[in-house]
Amino acid sequence: MITLSGIRKSYPTRSGLHTVLAGIDLTICPGEKIGILGRNGAGKSTLIRILSGAERPDSGRIQRSMSLSWPLAFGGAFQGSLTGLDNLKFICRVYGVDYRDKIDYVQDFAELGKYFREPVKSYSSGMRSRLAFAISMAVEFDCFLIDEVISVGDARFHAKCQTELFEKRKDRAMVMVSHELHNIKEQCGRVCLLYQGKLLTFEDAGEAYDFYNQNC
Amino acid sequence: MIAVTDTPLARSLAIQMRVIHALLLREVITRYGRHGLGVLWIMLEPMLFTLGVAGLWYLAKLHTVSSIPIIAFAITGYSSVLMWRNAANRCSKAIEPNLALMYHRNVKVIDIFVSRVILEWVGATASLVVLSVLFAGIGAMQWPGDVWLIIVGWVLLGWFALALGLIVGALSERSETFERSWHVVTYLLFPLSGAMFMVHWLPKAAQEAVLWLPMVHGVEMLRHGYFGEVVPTYESPAYFVVANLVLSLLGLLLVQETARRVQPE
Repeated sequence: MITLSGIRKSYPTRSGLHTVLAGIDLTICPGEKIGILGRNGAGKSTLIRILSGAERPDSGRIQRSMSLSWPLAFGGAFQGSLTGLDNLKFICRVYGVDYRDKIDYVQDFAELGKYFREPVKSYSSGMRSRLAFAISMAVEFDCFLIDEVISVGDARFHAKCQTELFEKRKDRAMVMVSHELHNIKEQCGRVCLLYQGKLLTFEDAGEAYDFYNQNC
Repeated sequence: MIAVTDTPLARSLAIQMRVIHALLLREVITRYGRHGLGVLWIMLEPMLFTLGVAGLWYLAKLHTVSSIPIIAFAITGYSSVLMWRNAANRCSKAIEPNLALMYHRNVKVIDIFVSRVILEWVGATASLVVLSVLFAGIGAMQWPGDVWLIIVGWVLLGWFALALGLIVGALSERSETFERSWHVVTYLLFPLSGAMFMVHWLPKAAQEAVLWLPMVHGVEMLRHGYFGEVVPTYESPAYFVVANLVLSLLGLLLVQETARRVQPE
């Protein structure tokens, strides 16, 4: 289970403090799929970063008693001069996984061929995101964080990612953050809305969509 | 801290070792690549520096000034400077290029600094050992008199380098002004750090002033170990240890404060 209580976060700006999260409470149970809706700038990414532990809240508590992924399919941590394989090794070492067991899987899934052993800076953007997704799947977590929709590669590869994540790992918990309704509708049992620094929870997903359409 | 962790200390340490190990290997490849001499540059870079300086001082006939053997004088002096200066410089602004890694919860600001300092330790130590063995082997300098004293002095210098790295790394993230003025400070500290003089050569007042600088004690210890009693040395290991403790504490506090403000891109 993951519990957030009273999470507050503000950032300094030239015209004083800008409050992004004004007291967020959230509990994520094993296997639960939670969708968080919010406009651009509503604080979705801040919330994801705080959940993942990449950033610390100003106040509030986070308790994590299940393992939590980094924001999924996130390719930003790639070092251009390293090869795809080097990047896989690095991630595996950080998470304490034996990379030798994962090489074949990642190489096959990412469809990089010989480029798997070439520097990432020589990759096309499609190749980069395929590698990022494949590496994300190399480490297993109880709960996956998904920032915006995963639009990786072409339609065929996209379908492959959907299968890998939403079918093969349907027993895991997921927190999906998006400004688009339909992505969340498809996958999430519970929908929350990030609105004016607060997280609004709705009994019924339909209500959340109505509120979102009217107010956001 | 705000985030509640129930992770026992031993497990936290194991995770930190794992992360530092991963960062180290990554750093080696990004810095030195796989081509040519590759990872050997860790050692070659400080070695070439030290050799250059030793050659220069030899040509400048500094060895006629004192009874001190100039090669060993240059090796001990310059290796110590390289250790703390490179460690600090590599930590300066080290977070920014690694910001994206902060998305991985277990990668902490301090791990980035520590992994960079470890690389400098390895390089400086390898360079010191290889050059000493080389020159002593061909008879250009005497074999060191007291290896234990050298080891203790070197370890204390390494500790100093780490503490300085943490301080400079954290402050450079915080303030542009600090980052820029740090270069000036290192430049000025170099001639004061004991690399180019023995404390004994200085007038009394200058001795007292210069002995406030922690690294001077390290260099004096090294030279005491290398030269024995040829020239009196003025090190106080106790002072060096206390100074290192204070600097480490300061460094850790600054790093903790920086970690709280770091924001992954």
